Amino acid sequence: MPHILSTIIFLPLLGALVLAVIPARREALIRFTAAAFNAAVLGCVGALCVLFNHQNGGMQFAEDHSWIGQVGIRYSLGVDGVSLALVFLTALLGFLACLASDRIRTKVKGYFIVFQILMTGMLGTFLALDLVLFYMFWETVLIPMFFLIGIWGGPRREYAAWKFFFYTLAGSLIMLLGIVAVYFWAEPHSFSMITLARSTASLSPVVQGALFGAFFLAFAIKIPVFPFHTWLPDAHVEAPTPVSVILAGVLLKMGTYGLLRICVPLFPAAMTMLALPLGILGVINLVYGACVAFAQTDIKKMIAYSSVSHMGFVLLGVAAMNSTGFNGSLLEMFNHGIITGAMFLLVGVVYERAHTREIGAFGGLASVMPRYAFFLTFMALASLGLPGLSGFVGEFLSLAGVFVAFPSVAIAGAVGLIALVVLFLVMIKKMLWGSPGKGVSWPDMGLKEVCIILPLVVITLAVGFYPDSVLQYQKHTIDILVKLL
Amino acid sequence: MVKLAHWISVLPFMAFWLNIMFGRKLGKLSAFISVGTSVMAALLAVLVCMGFMAGGSSYALTGWLTVNGQPITLGIIIDSLTVMMLLVVTIVGTLIQIYSIGYMSGDPRYSRFFAYISLFMASMLGLLLADNLLLLYIFWEGVGLCSCLLVAFWYEKPAAAAAGVKAFVTTRVGDTGLLLGILILLSLGNTLHFADMASVKGPESLVALAAVLIFLGAMGKSAQFPLHTWLPDAMEGPTAVSALIHAATMVAAGVYLVARLYGFFLAHPLALQMVACVGMISALMAASIACVTNDIKRILAYSTISQLGLMMLALGTGGYTGGTFHLMTHAFFKALLFLGAGSVIHAAHTQDIRAMGGLFTKMKMTSVTFIIGALALAGIMPFSGFWSKDEIFCAVWHHGNMWFFAALIATSFMTAFYMARLVLLAFFGASRLEKDVHESPLVMTGPLVVLAAFSAGLGLLGSPWCHGAFQHFIQAKDEAIGLNVPMAICSTMVSLSGIMGAYMIVVRNVKFPTWTWLKKMAVNKYYVDELYEVVFVRPFQRICVVSAVFDGACIDRAVNDVGRVVGACGQAVRRIQTGMIDRYLLVQAGGVLMLLVFILGKVCRIF
Repeated sequence: MPHILSTIIFLPLLGALVLAVIPARREALIRFTAAAFNAAVLGCVGALCVLFNHQNGGMQFAEDHSWIGQVGIRYSLGVDGVSLALVFLTALLGFLACLASDRIRTKVKGYFIVFQILMTGMLGTFLALDLVLFYMFWETVLIPMFFLIGIWGGPRREYAAWKFFFYTLAGSLIMLLGIVAVYFWAEPHSFSMITLARSTASLSPVVQGALFGAFFLAFAIKIPVFPFHTWLPDAHVEAPTPVSVILAGVLLKMGTYGLLRICVPLFPAAMTMLALPLGILGVINLVYGACVAFAQTDIKKMIAYSSVSHMGFVLLGVAAMNSTGFNGSLLEMFNHGIITGAMFLLVGVVYERAHTREIGAFGGLASVMPRYAFFLTFMALASLGLPGLSGFVGEFLSLAGVFVAFPSVAIAGAVGLIALVVLFLVMIKKMLWGSPGKGVSWPDMGLKEVCIILPLVVITLAVGFYPDSVLQYQKHTIDILVKLL
Repeated sequence: MVKLAHWISVLPFMAFWLNIMFGRKLGKLSAFISVGTSVMAALLAVLVCMGFMAGGSSYALTGWLTVNGQPITLGIIIDSLTVMMLLVVTIVGTLIQIYSIGYMSGDPRYSRFFAYISLFMASMLGLLLADNLLLLYIFWEGVGLCSCLLVAFWYEKPAAAAAGVKAFVTTRVGDTGLLLGILILLSLGNTLHFADMASVKGPESLVALAAVLIFLGAMGKSAQFPLHTWLPDAMEGPTAVSALIHAATMVAAGVYLVARLYGFFLAHPLALQMVACVGMISALMAASIACVTNDIKRILAYSTISQLGLMMLALGTGGYTGGTFHLMTHAFFKALLFLGAGSVIHAAHTQDIRAMGGLFTKMKMTSVTFIIGALALAGIMPFSGFWSKDEIFCAVWHHGNMWFFAALIATSFMTAFYMARLVLLAFFGASRLEKDVHESPLVMTGPLVVLAAFSAGLGLLGSPWCHGAFQHFIQAKDEAIGLNVPMAICSTMVSLSGIMGAYMIVVRNVKFPTWTWLKKMAVNKYYVDELYEVVFVRPFQRICVVSAVFDGACIDRAVNDVGRVVGACGQAVRRIQTGMIDRYLLVQAGGVLMLLVFILGKVCRIF
């Protein structure tokens, strides 16, 4: 399979072209075609996972061709332990979100075309090994997302879409400056992440720090790191359910992935120097996110802020700068994608029935929709880090890693975790417990809704019970990464 | 045979999934699945016990996770403590589940109840089998979750829902200590295996801190002061749950943890001292509240806190045998008392002992078994509580701290007092109930009888007549076994005087001069809940609201303002672009003119 990565990246784009020639009124065919292409992508990624040699920490299935030869920009792709889990996450959530799109009733054709382009952008971001290529895919994500929120979103969709667009664009333009600067500073001049990882380590810490800052700003907005997070709740509240799933599940990971893929290998000295501030930002994200989430009355906003909180754990793991922390960080990215993706799907389920997201409007759902209550409780428990479910392992490894480096940061993080526990338990209490209000007689989750959520439940359980199911793919790569420090 | 031990936990776990997935279709069958797996677990526990006696030992199933280079295995520990606890939990658990068949019949969420109970059994047994601290922590949270779900089982009641959240959050505060303790031990490069815990590496102060933090977890789970407030509220759950989780098994997990890590605690006297002090305060405080409480379940809840405090006190003063022995006997007689209380509530439809009275003649079976339980709790010979309490008395006496001993005397006096008060008010005298009551069905009284037999006879295992079989089993080393006669007389006198006191007050209506302020404090549970409300709950809510306001009014506003400033600049510059050619030409001409003037000026100066 020499071109499996290119296939994975461009299969969705091919899907978009095929969709473009289908007449817009044939909605069923459009939905089927989109689902089929996403299923094909998921199948390819599944094959990739099977073929992936997890004893080998280096790049696999690499493709490398000259693209813009005059300045050394190359079309180079590769997958290793850092990207594999995220590629799988993207393909899985993409497929499920596509299936969960049946509430999209207007401009269906356009929706799926844009959605397919988004998939190409996200997969490319995780697989690109050339900084310019990476940047291109990074920006490719922005535009479909802008349309998805701005056209198919809620009442304040235009505000949210513009805010998302400009905020992230501002960040990525600075990253573009950083990319150009890295090219000129590094000897030999190169855009290849692999080549640069060998050469930029010799740059002085100050130069590294400046370059790191340019990249970090872009990543910080995407993650989002406090105080750059306010686009997230707005975007989530307006985005339709499947787009929220992708937004929380995959898009936020692009930022944290960038930290591990670019910042750690390219600027190790700067990272080491700035590890403590990074850890402190992580704790702020964790505690502040949970506190603000607790005060929300809109459930989607609440989960959006809880994502900010979870991203705090990812930052803590990165700040640890050791293999335990990196492993925890990467695992937490994967787990957060699965868990929060499921959470947004579940929010969508009640929103379709109640047409409101006010937590106060619910109550006693456990009596009305027992199956729904089970899934929501399950995912809320995973989200608050209940041991035995996947969320715990990532959080524990991140904390254990950062405890070695900065004990006080880890202590603050562990204590801050209590806020997250309170948050989700109170959510369960308000939404599921108590007596149902008058006239609340919504149907329970149907077969299709259950089937969409079930893979996520199984993964949450599997990773919680047997963390090596994911960790085995990443640990050798992380060993290599740690050696660069 | 020992190698089958992990199935003890796996079987109930399978029952959980069966019941949660197919509960509605299974209906009544779900109870049999849960009870069936529980019985199998009990039989396996007996097999494992026999295997252990025959020399079976711990084993590891598979590797699980590597943290900081330390491999953590999924391992099973087999030693006397685990074997004893396995037997206790499976036997008590099975009996309580049989009782629940009757107690929960007619509940719309019957199968859900048994699903949760099975999950609880799986977690609790897993907790006992875990051979390292991280694995224990996982199951530790699991039992906490089940406790939360079962306390809030009747979630339509706001009080039950609130109690469920409170139970989980309060214990989670303690568990954060346990988590931090684990992180400290890991960061010092220790394995978390119990076998290596007696010889932990690292600076003394840090390791001692880890021990204290780990004990914080035990405090939360065992509802020790100051993390005890969740347990009385947890009585909102079904009574069978109170018996299983909040009396016999889960709350004992804290004591189990201290006993499990006893070598580790012994090596750090500071932590051991803390165990003893916390135990003493909890025992005294809870017993005094129990004396003035009128809700039958809450009396038993405070009694549980108090008895767990005694176990902690015993462990803290070096009485490993006394602590673990009392852990075992308490599990049986407190489960019995709770189930008896459940039977009473089932019949009388009230929990207030002042509204009961005269139940003895109407509910013979319940009453006799309840009184056996009460006598065991009060420590009257030859019931089981007597023997285990005797061990505690000896241990505290040998430790030599008279404050501890005085507290022990006071606690056992109050224990006898409140139990006698409860029994006299609820079971004797004239009936104050409005309607007639009937004995509960056999499926409920049957377990009561079996538990009563255990409560009456189990203590004999630790008596001289059995040559201290229990002591030999649990410590596996020779110790002077024998009834300390003066101590036994002393403890019996204390208990009897407590019963006498209750008799005087309840039956004879003698008015003792009481310290009204102390009584008021006890009635109000020493205002701990109110204190937490002011110090933690409300500030947390306020911080959340303030940060949400800050997020909108400052951070988001700043972001939008940046956008607005950029927009305003654009607007300003836009004015110039009028699109009128004549204006552009005018400006252009003006510019050319100025350039000419400028150049001419330069040229003129040169020449």
